[in-house]
Amino acid sequence: MRAKYVMSEVFLGLWRNISMTVAMIITMAVSLTMLGAGLLLYNQVDVIERYYQTNLEVVIYLDREITEEVTDQIHSDLRSNQYVAEVEFESKEKAWERFQETFSESEELIASVNSEVLPAAFRIKLKDIDNAPLLIEEYAGRDGVYQATNQREILDDVFNILGGAQKLTLIVALVQGVAALMLVANTIQVAAYSRRREVAIMKLVGAPNWFVQAPFVMEAVFAGIIGAIFAFGTLIAAKVFVIDGQFSNLFSLMPPVEWNSVILLLPILAGIAAVISAVTAWITLRFNIKV
Amino acid sequence: MPRYATHVLEPLDRGGALAARLRHVIQLEGVNKHYPRSNRPSVEDVNVFIDKGEFVFFIGPTGAGKSTIIKLLLREEVPDKGTITVGDMDVTKLRRWKVPAYRRSIGCVFQDFRLLPNRTAAENVAFALEVIGKPRSVARRVVPEVLELVGLGGKEHRYPHELSGGEQQRVAVARAFVNRPLLLLADEPTGNLDPDTSIEIMRLLDRISRTGTTIVMVTHDSNIVNQMRRRVIEIENGQIVRDQARGVYG
Repeated sequence: MRAKYVMSEVFLGLWRNISMTVAMIITMAVSLTMLGAGLLLYNQVDVIERYYQTNLEVVIYLDREITEEVTDQIHSDLRSNQYVAEVEFESKEKAWERFQETFSESEELIASVNSEVLPAAFRIKLKDIDNAPLLIEEYAGRDGVYQATNQREILDDVFNILGGAQKLTLIVALVQGVAALMLVANTIQVAAYSRRREVAIMKLVGAPNWFVQAPFVMEAVFAGIIGAIFAFGTLIAAKVFVIDGQFSNLFSLMPPVEWNSVILLLPILAGIAAVISAVTAWITLRFNIKV
Repeated sequence: MPRYATHVLEPLDRGGALAARLRHVIQLEGVNKHYPRSNRPSVEDVNVFIDKGEFVFFIGPTGAGKSTIIKLLLREEVPDKGTITVGDMDVTKLRRWKVPAYRRSIGCVFQDFRLLPNRTAAENVAFALEVIGKPRSVARRVVPEVLELVGLGGKEHRYPHELSGGEQQRVAVARAFVNRPLLLLADEPTGNLDPDTSIEIMRLLDRISRTGTTIVMVTHDSNIVNQMRRRVIEIENGQIVRDQARGVYG
């Protein structure tokens, strides 16, 4: 009986103040979308890092005029090096094959490159990619070595971009979040004012505090959860149309954003929205409805 | 001689104190309440003892502090000094979360009736039961009874705007009485009613008083006070200036 009363009051309250309710849900949805995107980026940086941790290589390019002897010497030194897990020799011919494969879509580029230009190289997997600078330092100046490169450095740029994007989304989420909470507070104040008769009578006849406050808190929680559902829908759309759709090439260098982590966002966002809205509503009520 | 003086002179043995406690439904001892930053009326050193079943009028000019006493009894305000006991509860020491439970032992009637406009007479009364968690079956049984008692049998399904002022006040009395409170507070309940209707409401309150319910009524209506001839406590500038057993208005 009382639950039914509370629920009917919740919907009546939201409906009576519909423009504010919509504004509250929209701001909440934007904030939560940004928060969700931020969380996904955070997770993605982690996934990429783990992915490359096992796949990153140090590449040592060799001089073109290198003798076989020196090559073999470097090869055996690398194999006995403490940081190295695996060494693979890539001859000029193999390098050329790989180049053709990588740029198979741009024949002009392939035609313009002399097959002799590409250097032979050692592709080295390390036990711990963090030791790459030490290995590079050791080999960079050595006779017969043209250049030693660390793929990690290229990746750092990607991480910087992702990190920047993540900061941006979190800042937008925070600003929008503050706006959303102010709207929640305002909505609750309006609701408390429009229901002041009921509230006064309820307090007079000794309705318990939770019962007086429940409809207001539920209103905020309800709006928060609707906002979270909209945010979740937006993130799904972003995954389908942006990440997997239009910009799929851009994202092909990285491991994909997984469905699991997107779906996990629904309970997380809904939970955060519900708890924060409820707390905001409750605090607002403490100032607006005195016992 | 002020009535409370006899109690002050009572021996201080425990049995006597306990007996006094059991006899008095309301005890205000040395109650002070000031509003430093507002010109709301304050009260000073108020000592009042009210027995079970008593019918007490609080009278005095506007701003004397009558309504402040009602607020203190309702625990909408807490006194700066002194103690207030209602029934066996020390209202001054009541924790916030216990206030709702305390208010259930008090019924309230106001000048402006305070009914919910979108609910019928019966629903307004049932609301008081609903919000404190009484099952519907109780409301179905009790609400018609109490509406009959206040003389509104047959008008259960009328909305407040379909009732006269006097009838609306009867609904309010029914709502205040439906939980069988220990104490009924009435803040100028006849303030908006014509003299004849006022007398009907007073007859109703008198009947309720005879069931053993203590009634504290704030009023400006000298006719009513003079006709009823009940205990009168007069307040001026926040202090009790008269406390008379079968008093008149002025």
